[in-house]
Amino acid sequence: MIEISNLEFQYGDADFRLRIPQLSVAVGEKVAIVGPSGSGKTTLLMLIAGVQVAERGAIRVGDRSVAKMDDAERRSFRISNIGFVFQEFELLDYLTVRENILLPFLINDDLKIDANVQAAADQLAESMGIAGKLSRHPKRLSQGERQRAAICRALITRPRVLLADEPTGSLDPVATDQIVQLLLVRASEIHATVLLVTHDHRLLGQFDRTIDLVECQAAGAPAEAS
Amino acid sequence: MSGTFRLARRYIGYHRVRTAILLACIALTIYLPVATRLGINQFQRRAIRRAQSTPLVIGAKGSRFGLVIHALHFRGDPPEAITMAEVDGVDESGLAEAIPLLARFQARGHTIAGTTARYYEFRQLSIARGGPLKRLGDCVLGARVARVLGLGPGDRLLSEPENVFDLTGPSPLNMSVVGVLNPARSADDDAVFTDLRTTWLIQGIGHGHDPLSGETDSDDQQHQHKASKANLVQSAEVNDENLHTFHFHGEPDTFPLTAIIALPRDEKSETLLMGQYLSQETAAQALKPVDVVGELMEIVLRVRRLFDIGTVLMGLVTALLVALVMLLSLRLRSAEMEMMFKLGCSRTTILRIQAAELGLVLAVSMMIAAVFLIGTAAILPSLIDRLIG
Repeated sequence: MIEISNLEFQYGDADFRLRIPQLSVAVGEKVAIVGPSGSGKTTLLMLIAGVQVAERGAIRVGDRSVAKMDDAERRSFRISNIGFVFQEFELLDYLTVRENILLPFLINDDLKIDANVQAAADQLAESMGIAGKLSRHPKRLSQGERQRAAICRALITRPRVLLADEPTGSLDPVATDQIVQLLLVRASEIHATVLLVTHDHRLLGQFDRTIDLVECQAAGAPAEAS
Repeated sequence: MSGTFRLARRYIGYHRVRTAILLACIALTIYLPVATRLGINQFQRRAIRRAQSTPLVIGAKGSRFGLVIHALHFRGDPPEAITMAEVDGVDESGLAEAIPLLARFQARGHTIAGTTARYYEFRQLSIARGGPLKRLGDCVLGARVARVLGLGPGDRLLSEPENVFDLTGPSPLNMSVVGVLNPARSADDDAVFTDLRTTWLIQGIGHGHDPLSGETDSDDQQHQHKASKANLVQSAEVNDENLHTFHFHGEPDTFPLTAIIALPRDEKSETLLMGQYLSQETAAQALKPVDVVGELMEIVLRVRRLFDIGTVLMGLVTALLVALVMLLSLRLRSAEMEMMFKLGCSRTTILRIQAAELGLVLAVSMMIAAVFLIGTAAILPSLIDRLIG
């Protein structure tokens, strides 16, 4: 599903350079990515999503080579294939929870909101336990509820890959367990591949595999864990 | 596009205070110059229309603007007096018809314009209620005076003394309202009309006697004494009993006027008449109101040009402020924009959302300004009427 080979990337003149000789993630696989701060975890997610462009090497998601796409193609690719969950939720205060969940449809002219999409949003909200909060604004939700809404937003387009960048970093341990559990279950329902960056080693048991990015870069081969 | 506008609408709706301040700034920037321009244009039209309909004005030498404004709009300090002899001079010249005007007194804040019946014909004034002036002491009210004071035929209106501290001055005259004019949308709506003799009575040139006192004019010294004494205690009033006792002292030729409206027979007569008043020796001047008002409008236009420059500067400042607000807003919302980009939103769409927000604010500002301008345009004629008549 995701194939990375000889990947190299550097932010401008920064000292750090991300080098991943080889990395593979299978369809529907749930992978946790760990590593110290600055080891390139978030950068890797951005490269897979096509938000950043690799200097060298190849990234394939399914049958498509991200590195060879132009800007418009990468954007279109993200809309159809990638779901994002961020550490700080990044919900828009001025929209209701329902509108936040439907945001990918509001910001892309290619996507239209119809009755099916509305029903999918209701269903997702129901399954994430926030069905009663759809008409509220994010400021009136708890941290856990906000992250649930953010996960709904990531899943509403039924992406093939779900990229989560420390999605539980702002949550307490109880909420963390619940959120990760929900995220993995919902992703499984749509057979999405999950790459989740975390510092919380308690969570690793819930994943099919863990990639330590430091080891991955040093060994030149995908690290095996758990 | 609908998603773009939905997001823009939600954003500006959520940030109500910020949006309201922006709306007010932009709406005011649009409203003020347009409203001022509307007002000035209306003022110009109204002033020029009145001036164009008045061929010549004759009055004492002095301020040209003052004389024309006084004769046309009954505004400002009355000019120095001329005499009835000037009217006779114009009539005898055969060059023009003279309409005398004495407009130096007030009644409850409205100018009392003493004139002849020809004035009503010349200005095409008609009676709406009651009837025309019949006798000494009668007055006919302009439409706005009647409305503002709540007076009509059968009511009384007291003239104001020129100087309230001058106890030896003439008594206020308690005039009888006999009619109300139809609205003329001019200075005539704000005036109280009497005949010339009534205004001379107010000035103290004429007076009457209490028929029961038996006083006569045989002893002039005693007569003057009693007339002055009466001023201390009461106002004068003309009624059926004392009408026959009213009389005037002095030669009618010397009775005062504040202006004469002259209606030349033709263009040549107008030129000849004006020529007569060009001499340094004459105490009066003849003016073409359209020329004088034209000069006045030149000054107004110059002021308007200055105002226009101010408006452009204000517009620039507002545009810069709006740009600053938008730039600061963009900086504050950079994380939001980046998140949208990561979700697959194009940079163009992000710009479109920003443009839609600005467009909506501008559109609503213009609507607010338009509503206020429509309101202003509706009340402007009456405001201008009050300003210049």
